[in-house]
Amino acid sequence: MTAVLTGVTAAAVREALGGVVDPELDEPVTDLGFVRSVTVRGADVEVHLRLPTSFCAPNFAWLMVSDARDAVRAVPGVGRVVGERDDHPDSDLINRGLAADADYRGTFGHEAEESLDELRATFHRKAHTAAMERALTSWVRADPTRTEDDVAAVRLGDLPAGRQTDSLLSRRAALGLPTDPSSPVLLGPDGTPPAPEHVALTFRKARSVRVSVDGNAHFCRGLLTTRYPGSETDQVFRPSIDSTLPLEVLR
Amino acid sequence: MYSKDGNDYFVVDAHIALWDARPENQLNIHGKQFIDCFYDYHRNLSPESEVWDYEQYLYQGGEKLMADVFADGIVDHAIFQPARLGEFYANGFGQTEEASALAQAHPDKLTYNHYWDPRDGENGLDKLRENAERFQLKGVKLYTADWHGDSRGWKLNDPMAYRYFEVCRELGIRNIHIHKGPTIRPLDRDAFDVADVDHVATDFTDLNFVVEHVGLPRLEDFCWIATQEPNVYGGLAVAIPFIHTRPRYFAQIMGELLYWIGEDRILFSSDYALWTPKWLVERFVDFQIPEDMTEYAPITTDQKRKVLGLNAAKLYDIPVPADLQVAEADATATGPRDPDAADKNLAMA
Repeated sequence: MTAVLTGVTAAAVREALGGVVDPELDEPVTDLGFVRSVTVRGADVEVHLRLPTSFCAPNFAWLMVSDARDAVRAVPGVGRVVGERDDHPDSDLINRGLAADADYRGTFGHEAEESLDELRATFHRKAHTAAMERALTSWVRADPTRTEDDVAAVRLGDLPAGRQTDSLLSRRAALGLPTDPSSPVLLGPDGTPPAPEHVALTFRKARSVRVSVDGNAHFCRGLLTTRYPGSETDQVFRPSIDSTLPLEVLR
Repeated sequence: MYSKDGNDYFVVDAHIALWDARPENQLNIHGKQFIDCFYDYHRNLSPESEVWDYEQYLYQGGEKLMADVFADGIVDHAIFQPARLGEFYANGFGQTEEASALAQAHPDKLTYNHYWDPRDGENGLDKLRENAERFQLKGVKLYTADWHGDSRGWKLNDPMAYRYFEVCRELGIRNIHIHKGPTIRPLDRDAFDVADVDHVATDFTDLNFVVEHVGLPRLEDFCWIATQEPNVYGGLAVAIPFIHTRPRYFAQIMGELLYWIGEDRILFSSDYALWTPKWLVERFVDFQIPEDMTEYAPITTDQKRKVLGLNAAKLYDIPVPADLQVAEADATATGPRDPDAADKNLAMA
C-alpha cells in the first residue's frame, strides 16, 4: 500500500481537543489553557497538557490525558499519538502508562482500587445540576414576577434558545435524562422532579453545586496563570450567570 | 480586638501553623511540591502588598509568627492546626516542639492542637493520651489525605479511627478539625470527598467537627452534610482570601454558608502562613454581599462578629469580654439555618 497523505494539522488536533473536558470544572481543556503544545510531524501527533498545581489529583489528570489521546486518535489521518502531562509528580507514571496503552489500574497498580467510571459519573451529574441551576436562575431573573417556587412548573420548552439551554440539553443527553420539550427542568439527584415541598431546597442545592463548580474553575484558571505566566492568553473567557460582572474582577 | 466604625470585634484565628518547608527538612520532591503548591495559592490570592518572597515563605519561626499573627493587636487568640506530612518532611511539616513551646509561653494568646493518625494503631492511642496531657489538648487536626507508609489516605469512619474518636471523647478533646486534600495520590478516590464527615458527626454527637476550607473544592457537599448535622462547623481557611481577587465568589461562598450552616457555625481562619490575618480581618469587616446578588441577604455586623471570633471562642472556652458578646441565632439544629435570607425572585438590582 502506498503512503497516504494525511494532511493532519495542529488546528484539527486542537479542535478535537476542544471536546476534552476537565470533568470537575466542566469546561474544555482548550478553553482552560491546559493545552501547552501540539506538535504534528507527518501523521504523528504529540500533545502536552499542563495543570494548575502539582497537587491536582492524578485521577483527574489521567482522565484528561487519556481522553485527549482518544480524541486525537479519532482525527482522520492521525498515526502515532503521544499525550503527555507535564510537571506533575506522576507525570512519568502517567506518560509511561499512556504510552503502553495501559488502563488506569494497570498504571497505578495497588494504589488504584477501582476504575474511574464512578468518579466520572459523579462529575457528569454535577455538571448537569449546575447547568440546570443556571437555566432556572436565568429564567427566574428574566421576569420580576417569577419566584423560586415557580421553577417546578418550568419545562425544557419554556427555556429561551441559546448557550445555557444547549448546555443543559447536552448534559441531559450524556446522562440519559429526558430532553423532550415537555420535560420538567428541575430534577432531583435521582433524575425525577422533586415533590412540591422539596422544590425550593432542590433548587438551592443545585445553586450550591453551580457556585462550587464555577468557583473552582476560576481558582484553577488563576492558579494556572500563576504557575505558567503567559498561559492566560490561551484561556477563553468563562461566561458567568452574573453576566454583567465576571466572578473575577481583580488581578 | 479590631475596631472599625464604632464596632468592636473579638478575633480568633482558628487555623495557623508554624511550618518548616526548608530544603534541609524536605525528604523528597513531594516536600518541595507541597510548599510550592501553597506558595502558588499565596501568590495567586494575596494583594500585591502582602506577597512574601519564596525564602520567607519556607519558614517563619516563632518570633515572626507572633509579629505577623498578632500585628496591630487585631487577633486576640490563635489556634495551631498542624499537619504532620511525615512522608514529605524529615521533622514533619508542622513544628510540634517550637509551636507548642510558643503556646506554652503565651497561653492567653495561643492554643496548640496536635494531630493523630489511625494508621499509627495501638501505639498511636497511647501517644494520643500522652499528648493530650502534655499539650492540654482541646482539639486535634486530622488530615485524611496524608501518606503513611504504603497508604495514601484514610477515612474518618475507618474502625481504627473510631477508637481514636472514643479516646478524644474520653479525654475531653471536643474539637476535631478535618482537613481534606490537596493530595497527589488517593487515586481512584476523590481525596476531597467529605462524605465520611457525615458518619462520624452522627456517631459522635458530643464532638464538634470543623471542616477546614469549608470543604473546598467540595463546598456543595460540605454544605449539604453540615446542614443535616448540628455538630458540623466550617473553617474559612483558604476560602476567605478570595475576598481580594474574587470578591463575588467569596460573596457566594458566604451566602451559601449562611443559608445552609448559619452564622453560629462559621469560623475565621487565616491559615497562616499561607496568608496573614491582618488584611483578611480588615477586608472581612468591610465586606458586603454585592447588591445585585439578591439571592443572598446582606451580612450583618453581628454575623461578622460571630464569624471573626465568637464562634471559635465558644468552642475553645476562650474568655470574651462581656461587651463583645452577641446572642446566638434562633436557628434550627438542622436544615437550612437561615432559609429566609434570600430574595426569592432573584430580581437583579
